[in-house]
Amino acid sequence: MKLFEYEAKNILARYGIPIPNGELAKSPNQARMIAEKIKPPFAVKAQVLVAGRGKAGGILFADSPVEVENIADKLLNMQIKGIPVRNLWIEEKIQVKRELYFGVTIDRVSRSYVAIASEAGGVEIEEVAAKTPEKIIKTFINPQLGFHPFHAKQIAKKMGYTGRKILELGKIFERLYHVGMDYDAELVEMNPIVETVNGKFMVADARMIIDDNALFRHPEFQKRLLEGESELTPQELEASKNGLAYVKLDGNIGIIGNGAGLVMATLDTIQYYGGKPANFLDVGGGAPSEKIAAALKIVLSDPKVTALFINILGGITRCDEVAKGILDAKEKVRATKPMVIRLVGTNEKQGKRMLTEAGIHVLESMEEAAQKVIEIAKQGGK
Amino acid sequence: MLISESTCAIVQGITGTQGAFHTKLMLDYGTKIVAGVTPGKGGTQVHAVPVYDTVAEALEKHSANASIIFVPAPFAADAALEALENGIKIIVIITEHIPIKDAVNIMTYAKQANATIIGPNTPGIITPRECKLGIMPAHIFKPGGVGMVSRSGTLTYEIAAGLTKSGLGQSTCLGLGGDPITGLNFVDVLKILEEDAQTKAVALIGEIGGNLEELAAEHIVKEEYPKPVVAFIAGCSAPPGKRMGHAGAIVMGKAGTAENKIEALKSAGVDVAEKPSDVAKLLTKRIT
Repeated sequence: MKLFEYEAKNILARYGIPIPNGELAKSPNQARMIAEKIKPPFAVKAQVLVAGRGKAGGILFADSPVEVENIADKLLNMQIKGIPVRNLWIEEKIQVKRELYFGVTIDRVSRSYVAIASEAGGVEIEEVAAKTPEKIIKTFINPQLGFHPFHAKQIAKKMGYTGRKILELGKIFERLYHVGMDYDAELVEMNPIVETVNGKFMVADARMIIDDNALFRHPEFQKRLLEGESELTPQELEASKNGLAYVKLDGNIGIIGNGAGLVMATLDTIQYYGGKPANFLDVGGGAPSEKIAAALKIVLSDPKVTALFINILGGITRCDEVAKGILDAKEKVRATKPMVIRLVGTNEKQGKRMLTEAGIHVLESMEEAAQKVIEIAKQGGK
Repeated sequence: MLISESTCAIVQGITGTQGAFHTKLMLDYGTKIVAGVTPGKGGTQVHAVPVYDTVAEALEKHSANASIIFVPAPFAADAALEALENGIKIIVIITEHIPIKDAVNIMTYAKQANATIIGPNTPGIITPRECKLGIMPAHIFKPGGVGMVSRSGTLTYEIAAGLTKSGLGQSTCLGLGGDPITGLNFVDVLKILEEDAQTKAVALIGEIGGNLEELAAEHIVKEEYPKPVVAFIAGCSAPPGKRMGHAGAIVMGKAGTAENKIEALKSAGVDVAEKPSDVAKLLTKRIT
């Protein structure tokens, strides 16, 4: 789950990491009042969870509270990459001398965390890593030892700092590590950490992604995620409430399957034969009929879908139960679009008979079924 | 191999729906399940398997060298640490949705204890006709010469069924797990399969996200891997930045793309199948 800049900054501030004076505004009037309390010039930042917010015009600067109000009015009526702007973060604009990067994330290979630092902050770290890898300082964290003040100071030193600044910067690094651990972050980054013209360090922007699987330990964010203010589309939200994994794509063949790998391979197979998948939807193992109904509803709510491909590899799940689930679900959501079903596993014959009798195409091979559904979709779903 | 006819296992979380159901199927397959553990349910039985409150108690009464865990995600790490602390050396974690921080913890202690973790979020491991520690449908497997290693469940069954149909069969099939942090990676399993006399060739089933497939390719080249390897990579059609069901299946920028992985494997001399059904065809060519 991605956090908004203001959420991340408020957490950082609680851990004693210096951030510019600022507050959250929901209206132009409120934005002006916040600006009146802090020092000009001001930064007005749209709170949206899309990458490249600055380039898309979501971050603007102002010299007076009245100007902040005008800008706020403009931003709050704007969409950034299709996402409406609901909140603004108003803060003091800081005078930059140097921009640095520091983040903590997961390293799959060492099966632990890694701290990444760079003297080249303010741009995407992936870009720095690709273009100037020598400017990346990686510190692998032994989870038993943790990340200590000495690690932090070592990094500050490698960035070229000396004296008191090593201690100041080191403290920020160390505190961010604790934010990451305490909040189950799979990524927490400060980009940039600004060294101001006055020689102070301050975090101008922060990004945090909380491990979805750890949300049960962070109920405040779980609540926010399910109550709507998130990066999820309505369908993705509905899927997440039903325990389904759904990703919208831009084709016309709706896909439902069991198991992430199988569904991915189904999408690939559709593409291989020249079709265009409309989505990824994994119902998971042993999905009951309510879950299949929810899945059908979500996929069919996409107006671009002209045909549906359900790929179930029964395994231990009984095919007759799956068939029953599909038929129940079809009735519940009044699904009229053509379906092709690939169904194999235990009690395959009964399942197949039930579906065939209901006029649904049932095939045994995933590849044949893929070609069949593409053919149907080409005819506009007739 | 990691498991054999002589493997004796306990089931942690045996009284839950999944735990009880799969205990029955593993017993039917001939796996020696000697005890179950569910805190608070000690003294009961599941499919005639005695249940204990703690692993320590179970091991006082029975000897076991493996554990399979069905405990719900919030408590799964605790169960795994309990098994490790009590000296179990092979631990299969079926549970999905374990927080990454917990997984890191498990792996750290496992390394110290010199134990092997399979999973989390894995279908488990099966050596056909000898032992099954997992949730895979047993009937699609039959003894043979292909060692299978994979990051997914149903896709593995799809390909395993293809191998069985074509007469190749499997020496062992192991699921690494769909999470970003897992106990074993492709390189670890390639090494295990290299030592295994039953394994004549390897089917490597990868997917988008991370760089474990690329590292496998590197290993194959560097160590001049002696057995033929055929691969399938799922997720060619996945858009960047979206999690495709598995927590670990996500493309970040250019990292983790299917193209990258396919390219790396091909240049390591691995045959990469375009469709799941091609894996059996390519293996047949390489073995015979």
